[in-house]
Formats: sequence, C-alpha cells, structure tokens
Amino acid sequence: MDDKPLAIVLFSGTDDKLNVAAVMASGAAALGRPVHIFLQYWGLDAFRADRIKNDHGLVAEAGAEGKAAVDALRAEGQAPWYETLAMAKELGGVEIQACSLSMDILRITEEDLDPLVDGTEGVTAFYLAAGDAQMLFI
Amino acid sequence: MSDTIHTSVDAKGLSCPMPIVKTAQAVKAVPAGELIEVLATDPGSVKDFAAWTRSTGNTIVEQTEDDGVFRFVIKRA
Repeated sequence: MDDKPLAIVLFSGTDDKLNVAAVMASGAAALGRPVHIFLQYWGLDAFRADRIKNDHGLVAEAGAEGKAAVDALRAEGQAPWYETLAMAKELGGVEIQACSLSMDILRITEEDLDPLVDGTEGVTAFYLAAGDAQMLFI
Repeated sequence: MSDTIHTSVDAKGLSCPMPIVKTAQAVKAVPAGELIEVLATDPGSVKDFAAWTRSTGNTIVEQTEDDGVFRFVIKRA
C-alpha cells in the first residue's frame, strides 16, 4: 500500500481547477493515501453552502472553445467536482479544512460552509497535519 | 477463491478517476479472494488499473478489450 499522504492547498475557485483538485484528491484516496485539503481565498469561497453548486466559471485561458469542451463533458454525465470530492470522502482518509485567514477575509463562519468542509485551521495547524506529505498548490 | 464474479462495477462513460474511485469503493464490500469485474471506457484505465492494483495488492486476473470497452477482472487481496 502506497500510503504517502497528499496535501492540497486549494486557492483557486474556478470549476476547472476545483475539478482538478477533486480528481487529484480522489485518485490518492483510491490508493489509500490520506488527503488533507486546505481551502484558501476563492477555493474556500466556492465551498459556501449557498454557492457550491453554482457555475464558478473557468480560468481565462479556457476561452470559448475550452468552455464548450468542459460543458460537453458535463452534458455526458461527468460528475461535478463537489460530487467527486464527496465520493473521495466516502472512501475515507480525506479531510477538508478552511483557512482561518481566508474565513476572515471573506467574512464567513463555519455555518456558511458546505458540510464537505470538516473545520477551520490556521497555517501552522495545516503544516503540522500535512507533515511530510506530498504537497500541491492549485 | 471462487471463480464467479462477486461484484460488478459498470464505469463505462465515466472519466478519470471515476472508474478507479468506484472500484475502490466497491472492493470494500468484497471479501478477500473474491473477484470484481470492472467495465470502463476511459482510455487511461489500462495504466490506472495496473498502477492501482500494484499499489493496493489486488491482482488483475483477466483483462480484455472489446470495441472500446475495457474489462478487468480483479482478485481482491
């Protein structure tokens, strides 16, 4: 069993980057690797309970052609990123934490967040939890 | 070990990493030594299932392709 933990700093809040984070997290979870996701700024904003299912757009380089390709994949039944993350959490070992600084910046509390988010932590707690995990910044 | 399929996972039409995620979910309910059948159309699934089984200790005992549909029979470790 390859059980090296994965830590993802999820800063971005567009649907393509959120989906990439969900794919990386669920792939690691399927291998039995612990996954720790730290939500910052726009990544955190996307996890607001009242907005999580919204269209969060794509990065600028996607353009119209990229948007059409992503829309087509969705129309074929590709699971949205939050469902992929929910499946990853069902596999076990996946923890999602909100960055407390970002909570202050966005002026939100834990009650505003989707239940996918397990809690709030500062950067020190994140580093301690991540340990010597492989780290991704998305 | 019995040679009948204990659990079947239909992951046809699902993009990466869903075939692996659904299989990882399904094997939890499969006793050791039993067989899981997976159907997938994701072209990455051949390398992904090879890597996943190597890492998790499960074994691919049969692998075929028919008209773009990959079929894996995996023995639960």
